[in-house]
This record gives sequence, C-alpha cells and structure tokens, in this order.
Amino acid sequence: MTAPVELPSIVDLGRAIRAGATTSEAATERCLAAIRDRDRSINAFITVLAEPALDAARTADRELRAGRDRGVLHGVPISIKDLLDMSGLPTSAASHVRREHVAARDATVVARLRDAGAVLVGKTNLHEFALGTTNEESAYGPVHHPLDATRSPGGSSGGSAASVLAGMAYASIGTDTGGSIRIPSAACGLVGLKPRFREVPTRGVVPLSASLDHVGPLCATVADAAAIFGTIADASGIEGPPAPVPARGLRLGVPRRYFLDLLDDEVARAFDDTCARLTAAGVALDDVVIPHASDIAAIYLHVAITEAAAFHARTLESRPDDYTPTVRVRLEAARYVLAEDYLRALRGRDVLRGEVSAALDGRDGLLLPTLAVPATPLGAATVRVGAGEEPVRNVTLRLTQLFNITGHPAITVPCGATGGGLPIGAQLVGMSTAALLQMAATLEADIRGGRPARSLLA
Amino acid sequence: MTPEDWLESARADAERRGLPDLRPALEGLARSADRLREADWNDDASGTRETGPEAPAPAG
Repeated sequence: MTAPVELPSIVDLGRAIRAGATTSEAATERCLAAIRDRDRSINAFITVLAEPALDAARTADRELRAGRDRGVLHGVPISIKDLLDMSGLPTSAASHVRREHVAARDATVVARLRDAGAVLVGKTNLHEFALGTTNEESAYGPVHHPLDATRSPGGSSGGSAASVLAGMAYASIGTDTGGSIRIPSAACGLVGLKPRFREVPTRGVVPLSASLDHVGPLCATVADAAAIFGTIADASGIEGPPAPVPARGLRLGVPRRYFLDLLDDEVARAFDDTCARLTAAGVALDDVVIPHASDIAAIYLHVAITEAAAFHARTLESRPDDYTPTVRVRLEAARYVLAEDYLRALRGRDVLRGEVSAALDGRDGLLLPTLAVPATPLGAATVRVGAGEEPVRNVTLRLTQLFNITGHPAITVPCGATGGGLPIGAQLVGMSTAALLQMAATLEADIRGGRPARSLLA
Repeated sequence: MTPEDWLESARADAERRGLPDLRPALEGLARSADRLREADWNDDASGTRETGPEAPAPAG
C-alpha cells in the first residue's frame, strides 16, 4: 500500500493563487512532476500536454496579474477523460479503433473549461469505449490504483480518478453511463458528481449509450464539484460556492431492500457509521422502497449495450480485431438483442424513474453506498461479497446504474476506509443538481466523519 | 420467439460467425430478457393481464 497523498482542492488553490502564495504555473509544474514521477506505474494518462499546459498556466498568471479573473477555475490544472474531444488531438477512447482519429474541435465541455481559464494537463486512460468498470481493457494497458498497484481504481473513468488521487491534476472530467464517475471516485476516495441527465452537454463526447451518458467532475470536495458543474453545465443554477443548509430537519430516504442486500462487510459498517453520524447531526433517515429494484440490472443491460452496439456496428464489421476481446464480445452479443426486448427495457426505465421520484417525494434526497465493494483486484473476474462470489462487473454497477436509467443527479462523497486503507463512498441522490450539491456541502463533514479530503486516507 | 428460442438461434449464428466466445454473454442476455418479459409493467394484447405501473413523467 502506497503512502497517502494530499488532495488539494480547487477552491484552496484559487485562494492561494489570488493571495500570491503560489501561481498557476507552479501548480501545473507540480502536477506534471507527479505525472513524470508516478505515471509510469499508475498509467493514468494516454496523452500528457506538458508544454501546452505550462503555456496556458503562464497565460492564466499573466491575466490575473493584469486584473482579468475568469473565475474559480482560472489557472487550475484539470485532466480530461480521453473520451472527450480536444481540438487537434486524437480522442482515443482507449481503443485501437480510434487510431487515426483527430478531433476537429473541442467538446463543448472542454471549450467551457478553456474559457474559464482551466489548464488542461492531459487526457486520461479509461476502460475501452467506457464499456467496463475496471479499466483493465484498454488499448493503452490497465490503470493501477495509486494506493495499491495490484488493484483497479474503478472505471470507466479510472485514469481520471487516479490522476486526481495521485496529485497529477486538481480535478478531472469523466463520463458516467452506469457509474463511471461515481465508481472510481468511491474507489479512490474522491467526490464524483453525475449531474441530472442532459444538464451537461455531451457534444464532442464519444457515446457509450446516448440515453444514459452523463458528463461530470471527479475532485476533492463538494465545493470543487459545484465549481466545475457551474462551469460546464448549460444552466447550473449555481452562483458561487453552495450555501450550506441546516442539517437538522433534512430528510433522507435509505433504500435498504436490494441496495443493502449485497455489501462487503467493511462497506456495510462504514455506511452504518455514516448513517449514525448523520442521525446525530439531526438528519432524519427513513427507509424507502424501490419496488422494481430487482429489475434494474436487466433494464440497464438491455438499454446500455443495445445502444452501444448500434454505435459500434460498422467498426465491429470493418475492424473487429482492433477491439479488446472482452469489449468486442459484449458489443457483438448486444447485436442479437430483439427490438421488443429493448422496448420492454425502455418501458421499465419509465417505471423506475417514477419509483425513484416517488421515493424522493417529501424527502431531500436518498442515501446509499456508492460501491458495494472496495477497489477490486486487477484481473479478478469475481469478487467475494459475504458468503458468495459475485461477478465484478455486476457488483460494481449494482448501486449506481439506477440513476443513469432514471436520470436523477447523484454524488459520491468519501465516508471511510477499510482496515487496509481502501476508500469507501456514500452516495446522495436528489431531484435537482443544485439542491443536491447544497445538501452534499452541508453533510460533507458528517459523511466524511470529520476527516477532511487531505487526511481521509491518513 | 421465446428467450430459449432466441438463445439457441443467437448461439448458432455466433458459432457460424466464428464467435463462440459470445456464449456466456448471450446466456446473460437471455436471462435478462426473461426477466423483462416477466415484469408486471408489460402490456398484453389479450387484455387479461392486470395493467402494470403507469409510466411517470421524466425526472426533474
């Protein structure tokens, strides 16, 4: 197990830059030094943009000295999942299928980050085409967890999470189709936000499943997530840092049935402790039921891979050997799905959407674990949960995919660690992303158990 | 086509295409399709099945 690393926040960095205590150039150099020192073993990046990043940082510093302040992301080093277009660069999607690709223009989210003065340090590794939760299937090799090289950082935005945890970026932009922001964030002790469906534009993002894809941040704190969301969303409803609301009087529903049925023992204990801390802080917790929860996996599978197969049909035929074998198998199998079963899944999605909204009715949010197990060993097809062995893919998607199906916003916040020091996350779900961020900011300290981002893993 | 018939047909086609590795993924899809077809939200042309939950408005 590697020694814990500091997790500096965007908000702290911005304050230090504006106070003259540091510069964007110095912060960017620190990130690039961390990449040089650690990425040979972690493999978080597919493309490192050292010179362009330093140029952008120097420009950011010059602008601030001249009195031009672009806002909270001005001069902040950020990494980008290599599923988003950056003008003039390949968008590899971690696949040889994209070998010849060069993006003609920035994805909307990338353009908004540049306009906000962010310094883009590089493009991060991922599970090929985002179709997986471990980052093991990548044309560029697996990403290794910064705290334990034998484990996966989670995925599919695993390079993004690893880059933040290892100090190679202050935040990262990822995508989330079944949990691909929240899963690696939980596995790496970060805050990860999946906004409400369609709040953040996906133009210039390679799709996995267009009706389930979301774009959002992985970062150190809820305030950082709000800062990035406020920059990349079409209409975030966020002005400045989220104002805390009184914890006493907040009401959260806990969906126990199905969601708490299959948890690693240490995850279950950390979640119970989180519930106890929130109750002590005055939050009212009560049980809620999602009646069709046991249908979630079937609905998700049929929607997600059928839409993915349609996108990949042509390249599956023209260059099948350019896919990693497992991803190719998933996509090829999906091409056999009958239209009638896809339509049944869409109908089921509507039902689940109503059930989650009903569970939120009269409550401020839902609370559940993010990831049922700590970071999984690289190469494992199954993982032990309680008395049984479960497929890694199924168990890692189990608690997150519902909110891609329904489109509700969800955020993961670190809530503890295993005895071995692997992070554990708790997930909050709401109706509006702005309100969710406000509530998460209020509850962040209680969820973390008094451990700030810096020392969570210490 | 029942999920069993579908699985048999898909397996045979995958074999014909030289893709025997698809078998476990196809079996998973068949189990998933079975679950979707058994769900109580499905309509039924006979009109004899009780109507499932109403489709709600989108979130947000």
